[in-house]
Amino acid sequence: MSVTDELVDYDDAIARYDAVLGIEVHVELGTATKMFDDAPASFGEVPNTSVTPVSLGLPGALPVVNGTAVEYAIRIGLALNCQIAETCRFARKNYFYPDVPKNFQTSQYDEPIAFDGHLDIELDDGEVFRVEIERAHMEEDAGKNTHVGGATGRIHGAEYSLVDYNRAGIPLVEIVTRPITGVGTRGPEIARVYVQTLRDIFRSLGVSEARMERGNVRADVNLSLRTSPDVPLGTRTETKNVNSFRSIERSVRYEVSRQAAVLDGGGSVLQETRHFHEDTGSTSSGRVKSDADDYRYFPEPDLVPLAPPREWIEEIRASLPEAPVARRRRLREEWGYADAEMRDVVNAGAVEIIETTIAAGASPAAARKWWMGELARTAKTEGVALEELPVTPEQIGQLQALVESGRINDKLARQVLEGVLAGEGSPEDVVTARGLEVVSDDGPLLAVIDETLAAQPDIADKIRSGNLGPIGAVIGAVMKATRGQADAGRVRELIMERLG
Amino acid sequence: MSTINSDEVARLAALARIDLAPDEITRLAGELDVIVQAVATVSEVAGDDVPATSHPIPLTNVLRDDVVGRTLPVDEVLAQAPAAEEGMFLVPQILGEEQ
Repeated sequence: MSVTDELVDYDDAIARYDAVLGIEVHVELGTATKMFDDAPASFGEVPNTSVTPVSLGLPGALPVVNGTAVEYAIRIGLALNCQIAETCRFARKNYFYPDVPKNFQTSQYDEPIAFDGHLDIELDDGEVFRVEIERAHMEEDAGKNTHVGGATGRIHGAEYSLVDYNRAGIPLVEIVTRPITGVGTRGPEIARVYVQTLRDIFRSLGVSEARMERGNVRADVNLSLRTSPDVPLGTRTETKNVNSFRSIERSVRYEVSRQAAVLDGGGSVLQETRHFHEDTGSTSSGRVKSDADDYRYFPEPDLVPLAPPREWIEEIRASLPEAPVARRRRLREEWGYADAEMRDVVNAGAVEIIETTIAAGASPAAARKWWMGELARTAKTEGVALEELPVTPEQIGQLQALVESGRINDKLARQVLEGVLAGEGSPEDVVTARGLEVVSDDGPLLAVIDETLAAQPDIADKIRSGNLGPIGAVIGAVMKATRGQADAGRVRELIMERLG
Repeated sequence: MSTINSDEVARLAALARIDLAPDEITRLAGELDVIVQAVATVSEVAGDDVPATSHPIPLTNVLRDDVVGRTLPVDEVLAQAPAAEEGMFLVPQILGEEQ
């Protein structure tokens, strides 16, 4: 790993060079079966159990295209404002690697299903930036290699790899941008927000779970520098498989700093693939582009061309959900959140969860208060995502309804939530089981008040003589005695009544 | 005019992992050249109104429903593997990288 690269400070580099990005995103489609055969396209199965002769590339096995995968690819294309091809073909990309059992990947080459689109992304400060999309094409995923080192292997001293073909043939759509120019100092942010926006789109379209940590969405980030926007593009590097939003941002910063140092030193950037290292935030040299990149593409003879009927495309277009950026804007207005509040909600990935909580009856303000406050803190402490907490938006709706009906107060509500998170059931169950309801019956309250006043006759006298200063102390003592289950306002009224 | 020379055949053979002896390369260069010339002749005849053909059958949109079918039992999958371990194909150490 090369952590000894010469680096130029990012701000200094970007002041003198114009960075140009190009991003390739692969998304695994959430279909039931693979792209070209009916093996299940599922995650986490026992190795080599989700395979058919087609997945394994056995001689004579013939592929058949998954219609749902084509529909999903069209959905993605339309959501990215692309043209959908009148007719297109699959092609063989020939290369040798153990995770590609056929010795070629079935992909699309000169005739992608979708092309010439654009995506407007909303940057952190609300500015809209347009990314031009060159193409989106269909292909299949490869199997998974596990490298076994000499020390851990069954055969001592041997180094070998184990291959699982369950992932081989899972449908992918690859989305390729045109060179992204005019990024100024914001290249890292633009790259991150672009991929985040795509992730949101995949989810809203229902075409993929789009979980970065599972590798459902993988980004390759191309970057080049040039001395000014008026000169031709510089030589680019391609940082492969950058698999978290933070890594995307860091890898762009690193490549800007590294390439600037190379150019400053009078050198030239080598056209190569690079690997990103999470631990150091650096990239290291991978494979230099070479003759081996001659993939000898040719039309896949085993698959006939696709000519998606125009009526089908229009039908799909009509069923597309609202674009995430537009939807966010609409929800922000409906919910009355400030820009910064909405941005926090979006960055926390809490839009859907808050929407569901509001649908369950909570006010927008209450929904935000719970999810961005108490629950966000708990999620952070536990190191899990909000949606992974053992509480549903419906339960938060019920909890808030209990507060609004006056049956519990804010303080009790936090205890109820604690119970729900501990698996004690619904908010109603926790209130009953823990006896957390606000004491609304005056009888028991008056008894506690009388006891408290009797214990502190001086204070009672002061209040009686019109000095209301110490009343807070009495309310506090009553609240303490009732373990927070009294309504403080009612306690105050009762004290005043008692003391005339 | 020759369009396929020995160097080109040697390069393609290397890319396709086909081990060819020098005399085979020379022979194939000649044979492939004849084929390429023949195709070039056909191309001269075809006008702009003739679209390039990748498939001889006039069929499009052969699609399958997204329904899970039968998969192979794992022991059958691995039966033909030269080596296997932990239910996976065992292959020599991979020196290159993923594409």
